[in-house]
Amino acid sequence: MAAGVATWMPFARAAAVGWLPLAQQTMPKPPVDKTSRSDEILFVNVSGLRFQTWKNTLDRYPDTLLGSSEKEFFYNEETQEYFFDRDPEMFRHILNFFRTGKLHYPRHECIQAFEEELAFYGIIPEIIGDCCMEEYRDRKKENQERLAEDTEAENAGDAPLPPDATLRDKLWRAFENPHTSTMALVFYYVTGFFIAVSVIANVVETVPCRPLKGSIKDLPCGEKFSVAFSCLDTACVLIFSCEYLMRLYAAPSRCDFARSVMSVIDVVAILPFYIGLIMPENEEVSGAFVTLRVFRVFRIFKFSRHSQGLRILGCTLQACASELGFLLFSLTMAVIIFATVMFYAEKGTKGTTFSSIPASFWYTIVTMTTLGYGDMVPDSIAGKIFGSICSLSGVLVIALPVPVIVSNFARIYHQNQRADKMRAQQKVRQARIRMAKKGATNAFLQHKEDGGLQGGDSDSTAFCVKNRSAFEHQHHHLLQCLEKTTNHEFTDEVTYSEVCMMDSMGFRTSRSTSLSSQQGATTTCCSRRAKRRAIRLANSTVSVSRGSVQELDTLHVTKTPVGTQYPQSRSSLNARTEDLKLNCTDYTAAIISIPTPPANSPDESLPNSPAIPGILRNSRSSIYNTQETVKISSL
Amino acid sequence: MGLVMGTFSMQSNKQDRTYRKDKIDDDFELSIVCHRPEGLDKLEAQTNFSKQELQVLYRGFKNECPSGVVNEDTFKQIYAQFFPHGDASTYAHYLFNAFDSAHSGSIKFEGFIMALSTLLRGSVREKLTWTFNLYDINRDGYINKEEMTDIVSAIYDMMGKYTYPALKTDTPKQHVDAFFQKMDKNRDGVVTLDEFILSCQEDENIMRSLQLFKNVI
Repeated sequence: MAAGVATWMPFARAAAVGWLPLAQQTMPKPPVDKTSRSDEILFVNVSGLRFQTWKNTLDRYPDTLLGSSEKEFFYNEETQEYFFDRDPEMFRHILNFFRTGKLHYPRHECIQAFEEELAFYGIIPEIIGDCCMEEYRDRKKENQERLAEDTEAENAGDAPLPPDATLRDKLWRAFENPHTSTMALVFYYVTGFFIAVSVIANVVETVPCRPLKGSIKDLPCGEKFSVAFSCLDTACVLIFSCEYLMRLYAAPSRCDFARSVMSVIDVVAILPFYIGLIMPENEEVSGAFVTLRVFRVFRIFKFSRHSQGLRILGCTLQACASELGFLLFSLTMAVIIFATVMFYAEKGTKGTTFSSIPASFWYTIVTMTTLGYGDMVPDSIAGKIFGSICSLSGVLVIALPVPVIVSNFARIYHQNQRADKMRAQQKVRQARIRMAKKGATNAFLQHKEDGGLQGGDSDSTAFCVKNRSAFEHQHHHLLQCLEKTTNHEFTDEVTYSEVCMMDSMGFRTSRSTSLSSQQGATTTCCSRRAKRRAIRLANSTVSVSRGSVQELDTLHVTKTPVGTQYPQSRSSLNARTEDLKLNCTDYTAAIISIPTPPANSPDESLPNSPAIPGILRNSRSSIYNTQETVKISSL
Repeated sequence: MGLVMGTFSMQSNKQDRTYRKDKIDDDFELSIVCHRPEGLDKLEAQTNFSKQELQVLYRGFKNECPSGVVNEDTFKQIYAQFFPHGDASTYAHYLFNAFDSAHSGSIKFEGFIMALSTLLRGSVREKLTWTFNLYDINRDGYINKEEMTDIVSAIYDMMGKYTYPALKTDTPKQHVDAFFQKMDKNRDGVVTLDEFILSCQEDENIMRSLQLFKNVI
């Protein structure tokens, strides 16, 4: 429950007077607030720096150290103050949180020290206000990344493998962290060397060498020393294939590995060779086959395993893909416009090189990037005018966005991150609000289960509810008043759907035994409570804070058959929950058939007769009734 | 190229700054509106609270609303936090109107305190009159069935969807019928203040519950 709301509690309770004339039942007794009403000033001494504040201020947030009774542990009787041996500078921020309801992050402080202080005082960091939240998250992420890097560097490389590591694990380790063992290092350098050799061979084989004796034409070296080059190529491909297969074998998750970028590069690098092997030396397909050899240049990308910088570049390009896309798009627009204009302007000229609009694309791009090869030149005056406009606008279109993109890149990148963070934080906040709401509703339903309705008379209830703050007591009382006014009770979603299901099955027999009418009131309340409990136990949503008897029941319900002999209390609960599981429908019948008071509504509504408050809703009294309950269901 | 870049960036900066300044000015103007309550002695005389109680109440109020007034949206938010199960906004609206007797659109501390004084420390007649004014939405001195149905539906809305037994569509209507059965003595279809007070005084439950909230402050 948000703390600022505590101030409004008196008004909300006072406004409950407005429900009184409408109430169809009596209101429950309000909780007795034993604490003194008058406000007092508390002294808090933090390592010598003395703070003073109203008690009410600290009470605003009852789930923190200062707002709960936990601060009594730090109370110093002699000096009549609360003494904390913590950082006084940080405490200022903590106290400001209590005063204003907003937590601010001091920018000059270390993020970890701040978090430790928050943890000590029981404040969750998520409630940092919007003004400081971004800074906080940035710093926190930075810190975490740094720590993660450090630990990763520590662990990932040098930690020895567990003794029972399989060959697979060892191999994978060797591949991913080459500096762990000498063999891995050797392998790493060997592959690097062969990648370089392969790339250089690809390049060199196209260089023209001196022709063979007796021939005039220059031959590319690849054809002169074709045997040597093909041996080299085969060797490289063999090594790459071995490496790929070994990586595939060693990978902990083969699917993921096969889908990763590096493995795709590996495959593309060696595929042309194998395709060449398979395909016959055919005239038609050899042309296509030659193009495949181009893919051999992809072997250069295999270097990215060896180079950190290349990886970072790849990530960077990935990150600003949208900006580059925008540049491309605007360029394309300009190119199309100018190409069209130039084509139509030069259409009249004889023998013009501007044969079609796509042909003009080339002219436009060369002009806009201020290259100006000169292979296509406009002749007509209109063409020259538009050509000059094209080159001028080329400067604008290309030269301006590029630096702006470069400088915007950092800004947009961070902004996107911020937007994502904001969205994530919104989601977290919504989730937190929902959880708080659910927590509030669950807390109330839990409170009812614990039998808080009696108003704190019996011992069992006192035990259960002692951890609730005065605020919670008052809030629950308020919700109970609303229940009594409307003659309906709050439940949770599960029970509601359960009841709806049962209602829709239409079980409405008129089996009202005399037993049920006597104990009717009790059976209803107990049955309802037990039904709720059974459902809750089945769904394990309840955090068990009750005695061990119930806990044992959860075990027994699933295992033992009905009718086993057990000590009385356990058997009663046992039987009840068992019966519920087996005979839910009969039970509903018994509930529904209880005679309703005349003023009310149809059969389904459950009457809460005024006699109930007198009957305690705890396990003891229900013992005697469950015997009858068992009988009802067996009819 | 650098010059171009420089002028470009400066231009955008200035524009941003002027835009932001305007926005901040607007916000600043709005937040200047502040209300101070009358003196402590005067309030003590007008209400049934002691000085210390007023002090505690005002400190809490001022902390939540530094400007000194509560508007309807804040009111609805506050109420929604007390009743997370369902939708408290309609009832909060009626409640707001009941607190805001001057219909100014916002509740000041005095209004807040007066209402609290009536509800917690007032006489039975005062409490019932306040409740009557709450139900009488259009302040014509009569509660008719439509008004009552609105109020009761608003109250049931606060219960939310998941109730036991499940809420039917005519539950509020039946509740209203029961209410009129009890309150409308001369069966003329409306409930006047006197009928209301008389009927409530006859009902022991109501009389007893009215004393429940004495010790809220």
